Amino acid sequence: MSAPPSLEIRSLRHSYATGFVLQIDQLDIPAGETLCLLGPTGSGKSTLLKLLSGLETPGSGQIQLAGEPLSGDRIEQLRRIVLVPQRPCLQSATVRQNVEFGLKVRCVRPAEIARRVTAQLENCRLTALADRPARTLSGGQLQLAALARTLVIEPDVLLLDEPTASLDPGHVEVVEQLVSEERQRRPLTVVWATHNLFQARRMADRVALLLEGRLIEDAGNAEFFDQPHDQRTAAFVAGRMIY
Amino acid sequence: MSSPAESLIEITGLSMRVSGLAVLGSSLAGIPLGIALAFSRAASRRWWNTVVQTGMALPPVVVGLLLYLLLSRSGPLGDWQWLYTAEAMILAQVILTLPFVIAVTASSVGSVPGELFWQLRVLGATPWQARLAVLKEARSGVLLAVAAAFGRSLSEVGAVMMVGGNIEGHTRVLTTAIVMETRQGHFALALGLSVVLMSVALAINILIVRLQGRAVS
Repeated sequence: MSAPPSLEIRSLRHSYATGFVLQIDQLDIPAGETLCLLGPTGSGKSTLLKLLSGLETPGSGQIQLAGEPLSGDRIEQLRRIVLVPQRPCLQSATVRQNVEFGLKVRCVRPAEIARRVTAQLENCRLTALADRPARTLSGGQLQLAALARTLVIEPDVLLLDEPTASLDPGHVEVVEQLVSEERQRRPLTVVWATHNLFQARRMADRVALLLEGRLIEDAGNAEFFDQPHDQRTAAFVAGRMIY
Repeated sequence: MSSPAESLIEITGLSMRVSGLAVLGSSLAGIPLGIALAFSRAASRRWWNTVVQTGMALPPVVVGLLLYLLLSRSGPLGDWQWLYTAEAMILAQVILTLPFVIAVTASSVGSVPGELFWQLRVLGATPWQARLAVLKEARSGVLLAVAAAFGRSLSEVGAVMMVGGNIEGHTRVLTTAIVMETRQGHFALALGLSVVLMSVALAINILIVRLQGRAVS
C-alpha cells in the first residue's frame, strides 16, 4: 500500500470566459489529511477540485502531487486521484457493472474485480441493489453507488464535490461514515468541498474558505472555527451573510 | 434459363448481398466518423453536421448519374470496369447510406450526457476507454443507424438501376425487378416481389429490434 501523496498549489490562476477567476497563491494539503473546502456557490470550490483531479489544466501556476507537477497526460498519476461529483452520472448498466468500471479500465484480474466489488457493495450497503439498473436508483442510492465505484479503486487522493448536498440526513451520515472508515482503513488524502459548516467541523483536519475565487483562510479545524484570522471567516463561521 | 423460383431466390440473394455489403461498408466507415463528429470540439463541427445531414437527402438518381459518369468507360474510374456490376451497386448504396450512419451515430452518441465522459475519465479511464463506454451507452441508437441504412439500401431503386442496369442473372435485385415487371404489366408478379421485399425488410428489422432490446436491457 503506497503512502498517500500531498497536494501543493503554487501561484494558481484559472479563468473562464464568464469572467470568473480562481486565484490561489499557496495551499498545501498534507498527505493523509482531510481538507474541507468551504464557500458559497460560485466561490471556486468545484473549479479547484477539477484542477486537482488533473483533467483540467490551470491557466497558470502549478499543482504538485507528491512533489511532482500534476499533468493531465500522465494516466498513472491521474489514476491516483478520483473525484466524486455532486450529481453522479452512472452508466445505464447494473450497479455492480458501474462499480466494476474503474477496476476494468485498470486491467485488474476478473477474480480480483469480483472480490473487491462484492466487498465494496457490502461496505456501501448496496448488496441488495447490485443487480438493479443504476437508472432506477434513488438520489441517495445513486450517490452511494458513485462512492462505491470510487472507493473500490482505492485511490490515494479522494476529491468530494459536495457529495451530500442533496441527500437526506440518513444518507449524509452513511457517506460521512464511509469516508471516515476508509480513512481509518488505509492512508488517504481527502479534499471535501461542502456548504455545510457542521460537516466540515465533523470531517476536516484542515478547513479552507474560498470567496469569489480567492482563498480567504486556511487553518486547522479548531483554529478555523474557534480563532479565525480573517473577519469574513469569523462572520461565515458565525452564520452571517458574507456574500 | 432458370425457373421463376430459382430467379426469385437469385434476385433476393443478390438484394441481400448488395444491401448487406453496402451497410457493412457504410457502418465500418460511418460509425467511427459519427463518433468523431460527436466528440469533435472543432469550430467546423456545425459545418460537417450540415454536410452530413444534406447527404441524407441525396437523391439516388443524382448519385447514380455521378457514379455512372465516373464508372463509364470514358470516365476517370472507367478502368475499374465496374459499370453494370454488383460492385457499382454496392458503391452507390454505400454513398447513399453513409450519411445516415454518420448522422444517427453522431446524434446517439451526442445524446449521452456529456458529464458521463468526464466522470469516467475521473475514474481513471483513458480518453479511448471513456469514448468506448459512451458508445456503449449509445449502442441502441447506433443499431438504429444500421437499421435505417439497411432499410434505405434495400428499398433503393434509382441509383442501382442506373449503375447496375437490371441485367437478369447479374445485377437484377428485388426493387429493379419490381419496376421492370410493373412496366411490363405483370402486376401480380410485381406484387409478389414486393411482398418478398417487405418480408426481408421486416425480418431484418425484427432482428435489429431484438438486438436493440438486448442493448438497452
